[in-house]
Amino acid sequence: MIEAKHLIKSFDGKKIIKDVSATFEKGKTNLVIGRSGSGKTVFMKLLIGLLAPDSGEILYDGRNLPSMNKNELNALRQEMGMLFQGSALFDSMTVMENVMFPLTMFTRETRQKQEKRAKFCLERVQLKDAADLYPGEISGGMMKRTAIARAIALNPQYLFCDEPNSGLDPKTSLLIDDLIHDITQEYNMTTVINTHDMNSVMNIGDKIIFIYEGKKEWEGTKDEIMSSENKKLNDFLFASDLFRKVRELEQ
Amino acid sequence: MQFGRYVLLMQRVFAVPQRWSMFFKQVVQEIYKLGVDSVGIVIFISVFIGAVITMQVSLNINSPLIPSFTVGFITREVILLEFSSSIMCLILAGKVGSNIASELGTMRVTEQIDALEIMGVNSANYLILPKIVAFVLFVPVLVFFSMFFGILGGYFIGWFTSIISAETYEYGLQYWFSAKYIGYSILKSMVFAYIITSIASFFGYNVRGGALQVGKASTKSVVNSSVLILAADVLITLLLV
Ligand SMILES: Nc1ncnc2c1ncn2[C@@H]1O[C@H](COP(=O)(O)OP(=O)(O)O)[C@@H](O)[C@H]1O
Ligand SMILES: [Mg+2]
Repeated sequence: MIEAKHLIKSFDGKKIIKDVSATFEKGKTNLVIGRSGSGKTVFMKLLIGLLAPDSGEILYDGRNLPSMNKNELNALRQEMGMLFQGSALFDSMTVMENVMFPLTMFTRETRQKQEKRAKFCLERVQLKDAADLYPGEISGGMMKRTAIARAIALNPQYLFCDEPNSGLDPKTSLLIDDLIHDITQEYNMTTVINTHDMNSVMNIGDKIIFIYEGKKEWEGTKDEIMSSENKKLNDFLFASDLFRKVRELEQ
Repeated sequence: MQFGRYVLLMQRVFAVPQRWSMFFKQVVQEIYKLGVDSVGIVIFISVFIGAVITMQVSLNINSPLIPSFTVGFITREVILLEFSSSIMCLILAGKVGSNIASELGTMRVTEQIDALEIMGVNSANYLILPKIVAFVLFVPVLVFFSMFFGILGGYFIGWFTSIISAETYEYGLQYWFSAKYIGYSILKSMVFAYIITSIASFFGYNVRGGALQVGKASTKSVVNSSVLILAADVLITLLLV
């Protein structure tokens, strides 16, 4: 479980995250939704300690990230996996080498055991045949899956995904969503996903937090979201014609 | 302000590598990418400049008072003392510097550096130290190639034209020769190699934005390291000569 308490972050005097508190639960896919520019990425970077908050606490099962020293932070980071918006694969390495990277960097296992683990992760995301290709040679969906395999290589307890569906077609998006959802349950991870994709919200929104201009406007589950009366949330949800029609049909 | 950030970055760069095996592998890769890959252009430029210096000098000191072997002597001095270290490094600042800045800049804007950080890797140390070590170690080889082929360029003038005879040129080359000059040049080039790699890394690593900013960082790194190389050249010459 990750608890964010009263997080505040400004850049050059401009407040981007305005006193956000939220709880992300274990074994669930926790979604952070909001328009582009609402502060989702900044919020996630605060959570994982890539940015330091101006004030507030971030508790990883009770351990407060902002007050950690370098060693504690590095130890915690080995319990984290992250899926970046553009996949962030190391483009000088093959798919296999990308997945091997955290293993060679952080485990003392034999080479054989590391390779076994890497192959297992690649198989989990159905990428065994692409092991020797470079990121430049595979599709966007395959890059995302490689990034997932790399993120789970060290068996993380916490998984972060920034817009895992950006740039993917709807069918591939669904596949990625399901993969993240399944992995979260399989390994009982605390997963946080930034998205503005309504399909993901309805598909895997175990818990949803809606951010509007740096503030938390609403939270709930995918079952509650369609009947919410929050005006800003509804503006966001039903900006899509399709969803407006779905809602009208339901009512 | 830039200088303060540069010092802070270098503090992170000069740390003990997290995995030595990985570090050595990277150093070898960088030696190929930054060093071995530059051998061709170094040879090409050196031969031509050596030839031109020889021609220019012999055409310009056409006086009965100056012995004709002076041409070989001056060519040697220019190549050994200045050209093969300073000028060569200015050229390499363009090639190697822009390569480093654009590679790191691209890694920054595509979040590859963030990906390293989130794993708990000291990205500055992991990415930059191998480049600095590799190039500082390999640049003497480049300087050596440059000296050899620069001098050879002068020979070509002796062999293929009647501007100067090869024997006279050779006599001049050996006149008052001191191996100290080669050591001096190599020492200088290692300082320049550090300037090129660390400055380019600084601008590349700190890119913010997109492809446009990567291009700008690359330009900035070339301009800044060139200026610093020239300043360091004056300083080292004052100190060591
Ligand atoms: N490093 C930074 N410096 C200054 N402003 C930033 C920085 N990172 C993000 N911002 C600003 O914060 C706001 C929220 O950005 P972001 O979190 O990327 O939005 P989202 O991910 O929801 O699309 C934007 O207005 C952006 O310009
Ligand atoms: Mg974002």
